[in-house]
Amino acid sequence: MADINPLLPVSSSDGSSNLTGQATCRRPIKVVVSIFFGLLTLGLFAALLIRNNGPVDYVDVHENERGSLASTAFEKAENLKPVSRGPAAGVSEKSNWAFGGDLPDYPWNNSMLSWQRTAFHFQPEKNWMNDPNGPLFYKGWYHFFYQYNPNAPVWGDIVWGHAVSKDLIHWLHLPLAMVADQWYDKNGVWTGSATILHDGKIVMLYTGSTTEGVQVQNLAYPADQYDPLLVHWVKYPRNPVLVPPPGIGPNDFRDPTTAWLTSEGKWRITIGSKINKTGIALVYDTKDFINYEMLDGLLHAVPGTGMWECVDFFPVSETENNGLETSINGHGIKHVVKASLDDDRHDYYAIGTYNDRNGTWIPDRPNIDVGIGLRYDYGIYYAAKTFYDQNKKRRVLWGWIGESDSEAADVKKGWASVQSIPRTILFDKKTGTHLLQWPVEEIDSLRLKGKEFNQVRIQAGSVVPLDIDSATQLDIIAEFKIDSDALDKATGSSDASFDCVTSGGAAERGALGPFGLLVLADERLSEQTPVYFYMTKGSDGNLKTFFCNDQSRSSKASDVDKHIYGSLVPVLRGENLSIRILVDHSIIESFGQGGRTVITSRVYPTKAIHGAAKVFLFNNATELNVTASLKTWQMNSAFIQPYPNL
Amino acid sequence: MKNLIVIIFAFLVCQANAFRPILLLGNQNLIERTCKQTPFYDLCIWSLKSNPESRDASVKKLAQIMVDSLKTKATETLDLIDELLQDGLALDPEMQKALTSCAERYNVIIRGDVPEINEALKTGDYKFAAKGANDAAIEANSCEIEFPTKSPLTDMNKVVHDVSVVAASIVKIIQTKFSF
Repeated sequence: MADINPLLPVSSSDGSSNLTGQATCRRPIKVVVSIFFGLLTLGLFAALLIRNNGPVDYVDVHENERGSLASTAFEKAENLKPVSRGPAAGVSEKSNWAFGGDLPDYPWNNSMLSWQRTAFHFQPEKNWMNDPNGPLFYKGWYHFFYQYNPNAPVWGDIVWGHAVSKDLIHWLHLPLAMVADQWYDKNGVWTGSATILHDGKIVMLYTGSTTEGVQVQNLAYPADQYDPLLVHWVKYPRNPVLVPPPGIGPNDFRDPTTAWLTSEGKWRITIGSKINKTGIALVYDTKDFINYEMLDGLLHAVPGTGMWECVDFFPVSETENNGLETSINGHGIKHVVKASLDDDRHDYYAIGTYNDRNGTWIPDRPNIDVGIGLRYDYGIYYAAKTFYDQNKKRRVLWGWIGESDSEAADVKKGWASVQSIPRTILFDKKTGTHLLQWPVEEIDSLRLKGKEFNQVRIQAGSVVPLDIDSATQLDIIAEFKIDSDALDKATGSSDASFDCVTSGGAAERGALGPFGLLVLADERLSEQTPVYFYMTKGSDGNLKTFFCNDQSRSSKASDVDKHIYGSLVPVLRGENLSIRILVDHSIIESFGQGGRTVITSRVYPTKAIHGAAKVFLFNNATELNVTASLKTWQMNSAFIQPYPNL
Repeated sequence: MKNLIVIIFAFLVCQANAFRPILLLGNQNLIERTCKQTPFYDLCIWSLKSNPESRDASVKKLAQIMVDSLKTKATETLDLIDELLQDGLALDPEMQKALTSCAERYNVIIRGDVPEINEALKTGDYKFAAKGANDAAIEANSCEIEFPTKSPLTDMNKVVHDVSVVAASIVKIIQTKFSF
């Protein structure tokens, strides 16, 4: 701000002290004026300082944006990734052709796009899908509901889709369960969960976005409890049953959970929210699902995690290999709190102890609390929800897998998003810190022709093609043995900063990694998606193992995500390294160490599709030979289709 | 003594004037603070200040204004593409192919991304607003690299890309700060 007194002498502040000594009766006005202007200048300086004191985040801005695909778009040419040292004999490093002055990319054609559709993952016939809703088992059928846009392959106009299955794999589409036909869900029939009552009746609680865009909770139930297909649903006439409580924003109140019984015989639910930047889970008790009392305390809260969406809360047994009904509590039981973080679009969980009396929960390990610790899945996976399958006594997990291509491609192909294969969830007794996820056993029924490969030796720096016929619908179970001598001999280094996400992918050679499989790869390896282990040895001699999925060379197309996903995976003494991969066209689900660390990714090759897709074993380590034994199966389609003759 | 009182009184009056810019132009501050957290400060300032609705706007409203700007720029670009395509015979096939692909992408921005962002801002599921904005930037960039040689749309693609990135940044601010 310009100085409003340009005529002010520079040394006015000095002037005032000079002048005080000179104060005489002869020039009182000058004294007054000088003091006045002196104070004024000081005041103006103060005003300027205060105005400029706001946080200047500008310097940090590029840091924030680096992660997003968007901002790197025009900066690509200047920010080349460093080429890795020493190309391996087999897995040669190709300079990233995206900005290597190569030919421009082909626009998506129908062959490429139609290939992307999955054969055995749940997806509606067309248009957009997101969160799984209200999964349950009832009268012989597994039910699955989901967030659906009936009008376009982008998010919007959300209603509830519905499908049923006898085995969690072969799904039959049913009519929409609920549409946005009330004022309290006019702007969206959003996520919700089912609770099965003592008498077997079902209640559904879901979030509605009202005509004003306020998030409220509504009650719905089957129109006909004798209809095993639960086709028609009725909304409680006096909805909403819950509105945002004082102190909670109208846009921060959504995704009610399945209810569980308290020791007082009331039903209890939790709903995610936030206060400033702290993610929280609110708790409500109810007897009738119509009237609720909010508990004073929160189930849990973690500062800095932002809005908690799709909160889930459930017990796991520390000793048994089966799932637990949601209300179970007692000895040998831990409780899991899970939240989907709106800020980073990842699902986090933590294992801890539930206190029924005051409706609170504390994590076993606060340093890996909800939102700052373990994730269900280190790839593209969100809004996950579990349910107790009383049919087979297991806890089953659903997760929404979005697209990582451009919306233009989605619009062209006419659909977007799939669901993961449902996974069983168990407490990992061996580590005590992780949950184990594994595709439900019913998926094995899709296995067709199988092939076994025993003790395939993969030398450092080599690629071994696997002779299997088609490679776009596969189940692969692989085990890797490494020379313990080589591990001992390897020098520990300060490679301690390794992280799948920031690494150079499968082309970055280390002493003890990477090695694993290349899927959706063409013969020339011009497109490839490595799923692999990377081991590091710290200066203290301790080994760490990372499990990664590298999309950086998965496709020649430039408008798809090229990030590298992955994380640390605990490997216990005596364990071989194991991977299970489900390849289903444009989705890859990879399970490390029996499901201790899981990565789901979406890949959109332009060449490695249809008959041109192949699988390879690879070992790009410099000081390690690896022996792999694996079984591969062709996978049949699940023939997901509309329910016949409804 | 009387002089002292006069001094103090005048001093206070002038101080009030000095601080007035902060009090009355409070929202100016919000726009500047918001734009400082985006990668394209000048573009952000210009886009917001040129819209009279930014005067008393919340951050959420600033995001909506940015999306309106995105829609305007994208529509202008699409109009230009249509004009260029009408040259028809004068175009070589590669240019034609690139322009057609760009037209598709800009249609998606205007009919897919913009409505998606607007609905998400209205209903508060902000991650879809971020998704739409990020995708608009991808579409603009993807259009730009379709051209094997000189692109006739470079300036416009850059504007659309940068406006989208700014919109995405503002959405992130909403997500990670207080509810408005």
